[in-house]
Amino acid sequence: MKIVVCIKQVPDTKGGVKFNPDGTLDRAAMMTIMNPDDKAGLEAALRLKDQYGAEVTVLTMGLPKAEDVLREALAMGADKGVLVTDRVLGGADTWATSQTLAGALRNMEYDLIITGRQAIDGDTAQVGPQISEHLNIPVISYAQNLKVEGDSVVVERQFDDRYHVLKAKMPCLVTALAELNEPRYMTPGGIFDACEAQITVWGRADLKDVEDSNLGLKGSPTQIAKASDKVRKGAGEKVALDPSEAVDYIVGKLKDRHVI
Amino acid sequence: MDFTLSKKHEMARTLFREFAEKEVKPLAQEVDETEEFPRATVEKMAKAGFMGIPVPKEYGGQGCDVLTYAMCVEELAKVCGTTAVIVSAHTSLCCDPILTYGTEEQKQKYLPDLAAGRKIGAFGLTEPGAGTDAQGQQTKAVLDGDEWVVNGSKIFITNGKEADIYVIFAVTAITEKKGRPFKEISAFIVEKGTPGFTFGTKEKKMGIRGSSTYELIFTDCRIPKENMLGQQGKGFNIAMHTLDGGRIGIAAQALGIGEGALERTIEYTKERKQFGRSLSAFQNTQFQLADMATKAQAAQFLVYKAACTKDQYTRDHKTSYGVEAAMAKLYAAEMAMEVTTKAVQLHGGYGYTREYDVERMMRDAKITEIYEGTSEVQRMVISAALLK
Repeated sequence: MKIVVCIKQVPDTKGGVKFNPDGTLDRAAMMTIMNPDDKAGLEAALRLKDQYGAEVTVLTMGLPKAEDVLREALAMGADKGVLVTDRVLGGADTWATSQTLAGALRNMEYDLIITGRQAIDGDTAQVGPQISEHLNIPVISYAQNLKVEGDSVVVERQFDDRYHVLKAKMPCLVTALAELNEPRYMTPGGIFDACEAQITVWGRADLKDVEDSNLGLKGSPTQIAKASDKVRKGAGEKVALDPSEAVDYIVGKLKDRHVI
Repeated sequence: MDFTLSKKHEMARTLFREFAEKEVKPLAQEVDETEEFPRATVEKMAKAGFMGIPVPKEYGGQGCDVLTYAMCVEELAKVCGTTAVIVSAHTSLCCDPILTYGTEEQKQKYLPDLAAGRKIGAFGLTEPGAGTDAQGQQTKAVLDGDEWVVNGSKIFITNGKEADIYVIFAVTAITEKKGRPFKEISAFIVEKGTPGFTFGTKEKKMGIRGSSTYELIFTDCRIPKENMLGQQGKGFNIAMHTLDGGRIGIAAQALGIGEGALERTIEYTKERKQFGRSLSAFQNTQFQLADMATKAQAAQFLVYKAACTKDQYTRDHKTSYGVEAAMAKLYAAEMAMEVTTKAVQLHGGYGYTREYDVERMMRDAKITEIYEGTSEVQRMVISAALLK
């Protein structure tokens, strides 16, 4: 089985958020992490690899430094990494991003594509389903559980108050929720190997069957008018009380503020 | 000379820090209070590959270097001295001598389980009458057919009752040297469950209270002949060489304890207000923090230098790292004691309570000046090299 996991390097919420003058994120200036939903998607792929044997390739689009997130994935156990990076791809919205990733995926073999549900920097949840549309394969989004049965995947799709169990024949795409699993740590030996590993780097010319008009800032229907860092809340109040006293205290506070 | 860490070491540090913050820090206080060995944490560390960092891949290890291992111990010690010493004793004092002195059969038999953390390792040299003075050893091993029969006891053994594989030392002959009796010491690998091998009392300690420190008792304990580690009579050299490496692990532990206390103190002095301003606004606090940070940085350089020197030894089997290890341990341990003491002082009354990590860290720091060679022994090692 061949699995491609699309992952994204996103700003670490512990660090500060910085913007470019055009309102897009200044990714080069921020501390970064692997997007949590994507990490759960990668873990799901690695568990399938452990269970059935699979080749797991991680794919990302980003700045050259996005190579770091691929190496992290390799250190967790992924087999190959592909970085799509090109100046003309900068400033992409979800449409241009999904077009780019689909253009890369057309060069790759896959039975299953896993993406995170959404990235914590954009929170759109659009890229995964859009990729499946471009590639004309089924998509099951919001996966809270994922199994493989023969040539199909069986996925629990999460809703607020219930879940649906869906079965789809591969090749297909699944978008993963962070709560799908607890991702494994990198291993020290995995890190040493990952740092020596060859990462495949593709540019615009390597993307298959994609129009220029669908790429980068110019190919993005979404234009950012203004962006700003969120206003930080003050420090919370800390009290040390017994559980029963604490309940009364909290309920009292909520009543004071007319929440209840 | 380049002081920057490589990409792989930076990534490894990120891993160790994340693991320590998420898996180890939340339990540190409880481990200290209950004096319970953090078995679940060890299992998680095993899964993440922390129990075999410098062991080559061919023996089931991670195939990394000593620097990476030292960084792991350092990051663990920043949040929990107990967890750090479990990894250190297991790796430096059990995996390392088997890797260095073991036969191919011994390496194949023991290292894969140890490196994967399926089994835990320990080291037994110290006896009631013989710590630093290895010639004071009383434990004896007598060859009987195909087995060595061991009698005696070992004390203060880290990972004591929790370990599965033990590297121990016993007197195998008494010869004469310069007209005086000389004890010939040999090393052995002993498995838990061997008849005649039992445990004595558990030590009640000031610090690193979650580490399992026990007495090992050998009563007519029969060990297969093939479990002798290294050559007969070379045990003293094996013990000393092993301790040279172990000191890098303990130096890294001391370094981490000092750095952890410094981190907590920086946070605390920024938050704590006295006379209408933060403690950190007082020049005394600033100067104390500056001294603490400078010494911690100096200790880090010594520890990393010692680790890199041992890595050089791994490559060429020639480079000596004993003096570097002694300097690293001496300085890092004394730094840890000084920095944690100052950290408690800067925390004031709160620092003396068990609610604050620095109280535990000060207790944990003290042992680093004592075990695997006291600070006095480190000074002997260093000065002996200077004056030879």
